[in-house]
Amino acid sequence: MGDAAVTPSFDWSHLFSAVLALADDHLILGHRVSQWCGHAPMLEEDLSMPNMALDMIGQARNLYAYAGTLEGAGRDEDALAYLRLDRDYTNLLLVERPNGDFAHTMLRQFYFAAFMEPFWGWMAQNSVDDTLRAIAAKAQKEASYHLRHSSEWVIRLGDGTDESAWRMRAAVEALHIYTDEMFAMNTGYQTCLANGVMPDLETVRATWQASVDSVFGQAFLTVPEVEFPQRGGRDGLHTEDFGHLLADLQYMQRAYPGLQW
Amino acid sequence: MNVVVLDAKRDVAQARTRAWAAASAVPDPEVPCVTVADLGILRDVTVAKTDNGWSATAFVTPTYSGCPAVLAIELAVEAALLTAGFEASIERVMSPAWTTDWITDEGREKLRTYGIAPPVDGSSKMALFADPVVRCPRCASENTTKLSEFGSTACKAQYQCRACAEPFDYFKCI
Repeated sequence: MGDAAVTPSFDWSHLFSAVLALADDHLILGHRVSQWCGHAPMLEEDLSMPNMALDMIGQARNLYAYAGTLEGAGRDEDALAYLRLDRDYTNLLLVERPNGDFAHTMLRQFYFAAFMEPFWGWMAQNSVDDTLRAIAAKAQKEASYHLRHSSEWVIRLGDGTDESAWRMRAAVEALHIYTDEMFAMNTGYQTCLANGVMPDLETVRATWQASVDSVFGQAFLTVPEVEFPQRGGRDGLHTEDFGHLLADLQYMQRAYPGLQW
Repeated sequence: MNVVVLDAKRDVAQARTRAWAAASAVPDPEVPCVTVADLGILRDVTVAKTDNGWSATAFVTPTYSGCPAVLAIELAVEAALLTAGFEASIERVMSPAWTTDWITDEGREKLRTYGIAPPVDGSSKMALFADPVVRCPRCASENTTKLSEFGSTACKAQYQCRACAEPFDYFKCI
């Protein structure tokens, strides 16, 4: 049972699944971004990316801890983060995409932050769940900083040299097909939405689209028409790269179960 | 009210004062010029009488979701309470979310003296690309420029003064 003022017939397993998916998004993207530590193109970015990764892993931690409470099966944040199989993770495909070059990484961050900022904003103000409101109030401030930072880079690279511009266009070409999945709402999510716990993702989409239009306009980028949006992560169907990421992420807990630093 | 009740109330008040003094003196591990109370991270301390003396509970809030100093801060506060003779416990408080508005005036002054520019204005949401005017902690000039959105810790950005050339940390406003 959670901290939400919902109807007595509410099925808490729906909220568990929704919170877990959100936690997975933040853990996986946090892990991806952390892979830049020591490899960034300049010192400032070598500071910024681990900082953003820390924010996201911290948000994931808060969400996993709450998901563990909702599930009530004794799994703590470590068990949920490190001891599940690939098909049990329901993160977006977007966040597991490989880092590629700096343009790919910044565009992926921009897409995600432009989605999370209004998502957290709604949740912090309106969710009937006390714990989620508290987590969101903190996370929104962090996401708005990530949005600002990544927006600046998308504009700077899109409106930069010939090379930076084609790299950013290539990133749009490669990643835009994964954005539609952010707004998918399965029946469990819709139950959470109907009970006032989770935001309406169509409303979030409108804000996201406005951010994309504004930043792409300044970056001289075209919003592509996507004929076949790529989905699957929310159903546990991942890309090949995800298995490699998970092997790296889970190695320590698998090799030394229950280890403590 | 009888004397016994009054004595009990006074004992609680005194124990609470002692517990607060011990916990609030703990320095921040990453910005040691200020204490956890100066930063507004230590929200409250409560005390209760036990069979063996007094227990104290400190309520601590993280600055950023992923702040790696949270655990170090909690352990340091717990140790300070134990040293002061309390059975200590720590509660992590998430709501309301920490804001730089909670940094005390004294804390701001200590930051400035230490060479870190304190957060500017309130925590009201900034426009997407607007930057605040940050005053140089060394020469107080407002002619400063942002070097990097992110600095040595999650809570800081990097600036440089155009007047005296000093590079400095700015405590980000959230």
